[in-house]
Amino acid sequence: MGDLSDSRLGAMAYDPAPESRAVVAFQDAYGLFIDGAFTNPSSHESFVTTNPATEEVLAHVALASIADVDTAVLAARRAYETTWSKVSGAQRSKYLFRIARLIQERSREFAVAETLDNGKPIRESRDIDVPLAAAHFFYYAGWADKLEFAGFGANPHPLGVAGQIIPWNFPLLMAAWKLAPALAAGNTCVLKPAETTPLTALLLAEVLQQAELPPGVVNIITGDGTTGSALVDHPGVDKIAFTGSTDVGRLIQQRVALSRKHLTLELGGKGANIVFDDAPIDEMIEGIIDGIFFNQGHVCCAGSRLLVQESVADDVLRRLVRRVDQLRVGDPMDKNTDVGAINSAAQLEKITELTAYGEREGATRYTSTCVLPDRGYWFAPTIFADVAQSHRIAREEIFGPVLSVLTFRTPEEAVAKANNTTYGLACGVWSEKGSRTLWVAQRLRAGVIWANTYNRFDPASPFGGVRESGFGREGGRHGLEAYLDVT
Amino acid sequence: MSPERLEVKKTYKLLINGAFPRSESGRSYEVATARGAFLANVAQGSRKDVRDAVVAARAAQAVWWAQSAFNRGQVLYRLAEMAESRRDELAEHVAHAEGRRRPSAQLSVSRAIDRLVWYAGWTDKVAQVLGGANPVAGPYFNFSLPVPSGVVGVVAEQDSSLEAFVEAVFAPIVVGNAVVVIASEQRPTPAVLLGEMTATADFPDGVLNIVTGFTGELAPTLAAHEDVDGLDLAGVDETFADELALVAAGSIKRVLRPGRGDALARLRAFVETSTVWHTIGQ
Repeated sequence: MGDLSDSRLGAMAYDPAPESRAVVAFQDAYGLFIDGAFTNPSSHESFVTTNPATEEVLAHVALASIADVDTAVLAARRAYETTWSKVSGAQRSKYLFRIARLIQERSREFAVAETLDNGKPIRESRDIDVPLAAAHFFYYAGWADKLEFAGFGANPHPLGVAGQIIPWNFPLLMAAWKLAPALAAGNTCVLKPAETTPLTALLLAEVLQQAELPPGVVNIITGDGTTGSALVDHPGVDKIAFTGSTDVGRLIQQRVALSRKHLTLELGGKGANIVFDDAPIDEMIEGIIDGIFFNQGHVCCAGSRLLVQESVADDVLRRLVRRVDQLRVGDPMDKNTDVGAINSAAQLEKITELTAYGEREGATRYTSTCVLPDRGYWFAPTIFADVAQSHRIAREEIFGPVLSVLTFRTPEEAVAKANNTTYGLACGVWSEKGSRTLWVAQRLRAGVIWANTYNRFDPASPFGGVRESGFGREGGRHGLEAYLDVT
Repeated sequence: MSPERLEVKKTYKLLINGAFPRSESGRSYEVATARGAFLANVAQGSRKDVRDAVVAARAAQAVWWAQSAFNRGQVLYRLAEMAESRRDELAEHVAHAEGRRRPSAQLSVSRAIDRLVWYAGWTDKVAQVLGGANPVAGPYFNFSLPVPSGVVGVVAEQDSSLEAFVEAVFAPIVVGNAVVVIASEQRPTPAVLLGEMTATADFPDGVLNIVTGFTGELAPTLAAHEDVDGLDLAGVDETFADELALVAAGSIKRVLRPGRGDALARLRAFVETSTVWHTIGQ
């Protein structure tokens, strides 16, 4: 091994390998997808969605008003009563299989659209977001005609109309996580995509048309916080499913408490990635990197707190700092890019503010020496060492490419520090000793635990949090419970 | 005319962390039989008592969950044994509290004890019924297990002094939670008696904490407490339930509304699905 500090790639630099964007033709303007057709919003108001890597305007998107939300909910209600509740499970199953296939057929288009609208590397949208979205529809397609065997009673009923609010970090995948189980269980849906990433949901609306899904079964309404708020408050909605920040989730739970709607929340996290001294070093370094820099760290389950055993802390930190410098940051459309653009100016500001606190509170900062593009929203991958549990960067979700490194001596201390948070979404454990990883896993208060891996997702695997990371599961048999009247 | 032997009356106290204190506030309140006769001066728990109980429950939960599922079943069955041998005493309390005739009270006590036996058998089956292996695409062994939410607050039903109390309080305990319960305000004595029996059933201290007192005063503290993970609102009306659910949302609590759910739903209400991915390789 050469000089670890000489980390620039030099002659090993990659030539650009840009993906073609010709496969996607966005419309200039999109309406709201209500009752099976694109319609103009009642207010004729719209907003723009931009490519965060270039700040280029991609399309104008309708802003759904309270009246539009009402129209969408009524369409969903009508579809539920007149069509969808009368369609057999086997029929629902086939619609979902169709949707899955159509996503696969148009996967390249979806991947490019996602990368343009979100800023994530094309490698990730192509290999993770889009295939997983299709797989999710495939998985739940198979449940639609088998609900009586799912362990929720002999004749489980759907809830009715589900209002679903999704975030901007995995736009298409989150739409799939919400729609697939809801439709399989027999509900109709009003889906509200995130303000900054509406385009793949609107492409999905085209897929639903191609699948000949009956009108009104899925309605997709774009808008901002006021749109989501109107959906949460609408008396015609039976269930709210929300993925987003804990602060907004708390507000939604308060609002829903009075309306008595069913509710599931998938909220923030401050995942601990625990590294023992016997962990396989190369895999572990890659796992830590993937755990925090995947999707620019815009991941609710990101391994944003590294807890490393003191005896190997110096070595691990040295390797991490070197590895971070090798991450290729830049054009998300380049197939070699590891870290893409920050999704919005607002998110960039939040990351910048919290990292400034990191320095002010005394942590030691290592920032990648990568060259950032002139236009767009960018943040160089960053590692903080010497972080204390009381620091803001150890307590608050940064939702960006920033890793906080803390140390521990004993397994007990690792567990105590990992659980020292109000969140409880995901954790990682790295050790060659199987008995120790399971011992730690048993004691972590988290909904998902990755042992010797991180950020793995599968439609058959339940995902969701404990404590202030929310409640309810998405994925697997457990994911059906969120859309059945079982409590 | 004084009776031949003067009955020794019992002091009805709280159950916190395995001990039976009077309220730290020193207060008590009078409860009457359903027919209006004086029954007892019951400890009037304070908000501080509720907070002390939550601290005890948090510590006890780890101890309780660390025991084997088999062992937790043994402890619950042991409580059923303790209750069985004191059926008549429980029935007398239920009869007084609820204004039932003796046979009806005995039937209610029998159902409560049988529910405990049913629960005792659940401890080592919940994981198999609610958990399982997940066939993921990749070299991972992936399994999901139901794990306890942690500390569960229960506002016990007001009318059914023992049966509904057992139903609500022991469901979260079966699946590994520790409980702080606010007993029925006007009919607390059967719950207090059952609490005394837990002392001889090998429950770790603090797994079950019973606070008697005024529901309207104590429930908001339980609902707002940031170290309480779940809340069962069995014993409040819809309006108060709305108010408490609103407060509980402040720390994203799991809330079970009155009237929702059958017996299995109660077991499911305060568990979390914990999913572990473990790599497979040579």
